[in-house]
Amino acid sequence: MSIWEYANPVKFMRVSGAALPWIAAAAAICLPAGLVWGWMTPEDYKQGSTVKIMFLHVPAAMMAINIWVMMLAASLIWLIRRHHVSALAARAAAPIGAVMTLVALVTGAVWGQPMWGTWWEWDPRLTSFLILFLFYLGYMALWGAIENPDSAADLTGVLCLVGSVFALLSRYAVNFWNQGLHQGASLSIAPGERMSAVYKYPLYLCMLGFFLLFLTLLLVRTRTEIRRRRTAALLAREVRA
Amino acid sequence: MAPLLQVQGLAVSRGGRRAVEGVDFTLSSGQALILRGPNGIGKTTLLRTVAGLQPAAAGRVEADPDAIAYAAHADGLKAALTVTENLEFWRLVFGGPPIAAAIEAMDLGALVERPAAMLSAGQKRRLGLARLLVTGRKVWVLDEPTVSLDAGSVALFADAVRRHLAGGGAALMATHIDLGLPEAQVLDLGPFRAAGEPVRSRAPASFDEAFG
Amino acid sequence: MIALLMRDLRLATRAGGGFGLGLAFFLIVCTLVPFGVGPQGGTLALIAPGILWVGALLACLLSLDRIFALDWEDGSLDLLATAPLPLEGAVLVKAAAHWITTGLPLVAAAPVFGILLHLPGAAQPWLVAALALGTPALSMLGAFGAALTVGLRRGGLLMSLLVLPLYVPTLIFGAEAVRRGAAGGDGTTPLVLLAGITMAVLAAIPFAAAGALRVNLR
Repeated sequence: MSIWEYANPVKFMRVSGAALPWIAAAAAICLPAGLVWGWMTPEDYKQGSTVKIMFLHVPAAMMAINIWVMMLAASLIWLIRRHHVSALAARAAAPIGAVMTLVALVTGAVWGQPMWGTWWEWDPRLTSFLILFLFYLGYMALWGAIENPDSAADLTGVLCLVGSVFALLSRYAVNFWNQGLHQGASLSIAPGERMSAVYKYPLYLCMLGFFLLFLTLLLVRTRTEIRRRRTAALLAREVRA
Repeated sequence: MAPLLQVQGLAVSRGGRRAVEGVDFTLSSGQALILRGPNGIGKTTLLRTVAGLQPAAAGRVEADPDAIAYAAHADGLKAALTVTENLEFWRLVFGGPPIAAAIEAMDLGALVERPAAMLSAGQKRRLGLARLLVTGRKVWVLDEPTVSLDAGSVALFADAVRRHLAGGGAALMATHIDLGLPEAQVLDLGPFRAAGEPVRSRAPASFDEAFG
Repeated sequence: MIALLMRDLRLATRAGGGFGLGLAFFLIVCTLVPFGVGPQGGTLALIAPGILWVGALLACLLSLDRIFALDWEDGSLDLLATAPLPLEGAVLVKAAAHWITTGLPLVAAAPVFGILLHLPGAAQPWLVAALALGTPALSMLGAFGAALTVGLRRGGLLMSLLVLPLYVPTLIFGAEAVRRGAAGGDGTTPLVLLAGITMAVLAAIPFAAAGALRVNLR
């Protein structure tokens, strides 16, 4: 059995329906646990209590980018193999990604006010996220504007492809434009430890929690979308009969 | 002689839903086929599929894509350009024969210097049909070609079609009125036959069919 | 292809074609900005590169919906799609026609607008060069946005939302080249990057735009 079998909506509904409660439960455990653990960490000697915003900010920022990458993959699968579930999944993921981007931006602003003395700074990272947010908005708006679902999937897929290239391009262009004062990545796989374990493990848990939350929302939204399409199909059949 | 256009088991979908299906016909040089059927049956969609503007939901369309000239409700005319400029443009794009014969055939001689904006609906329609002549293509795919034409113009159009057929061309038309082309065959498109077996392929052609 | 280019240019210059509207819009932007920020030459000179580029961007955006919408309405696009000319070529030609009618006049008139905004003389060549290299990308990306939204009745606003984020790299490098020029420096690096983006856009985007058009035609 190949993985493409799940592209059949009937099969997808069955499997996702069985998995959803478990994933949702795991998210419901991981996310509060990670956030509470993060809340209990000691204050940073330099950043004070504001360091705790990190447990929202970093996972949200990570998911904001990962969701776009997932949408890109789903769009490619739709454009090449024309599996409807993947197009619907890309559509379902976009608002979640937009919210994640917004959370990253807002928590960044809240953190930036005491640390940098300003709510907003045209720093490369912040600016890139703002641009990413605009791409999410455009993508969702295009989905909403086109009536024919297959055409909408095609066009948003093409937009996602072109948008990905330009989001990346903008990232480097923005770097060129302003060197910025955002700190480097909080986590790194390089051997040099940059963050003490006190913060690292709760952060990992928060990231896992955010990922599971995304998975839960994505499945719920995709299932809703499939049901809506099915309702429309049944209605159309009734009209014809 | 090889047919110019061959359609086998063609099904088309409109707005993600199946319209007509199981359409078979063959058009050879010198033949005309008239599609009939109630509104909404999918005639326009079928013609667009034959013209290569839409993918077929099922079945095959076999034709040289560079042999088909498509004409629909909209004529592709620019109001700001004159009759000559409009025709000359399409002749250059399609690389067809000179426009003088087309102007003659559609009786547009008195109007050549007029901007298309000043033509009446019927004159525009005639210009749109003259455009077909300057494409120099063998298979005409026409969607309601006689809309807003008076009786005289319809006869003019029927003559043009007859000459086209005599010259080795073929025509596929969707129309409700009698063109006075007794030699044309007629294909009546029946209502949608949805009672087929449910489709359960791994990658269903249409999402809604995946539910069976 | 030449026939298509000539037709589009002829249409643009005939009555109601909208030729020159972009230029007039550009002029209005350059007139309004000093009212907003005050007439001090120093301030204006400082922000002139940005204003000129943003103005060019908006002037270009203004006429984008004409690229395909009119041809879509009157059925020309159907006929072009069935013509021997590949649709990718038609897209490229139509973007070129858009550039000639909106981008090129902007490039030619830019020094005048630069003077209005007290742009230092040293920056003038950089401004012209940056606009000349950058505006083709604006037209091509705009054609992509127009292709995505061609079937929509009220696609103009949506198209702005889709197209403007794509303009970010062009804007950054274009304005940076002028700014470096205004500071008496060398704007070659951003200019080369700008040219690179334009080349890549011209090479790749016609395929995406033609794909979007085919989807919208069916």
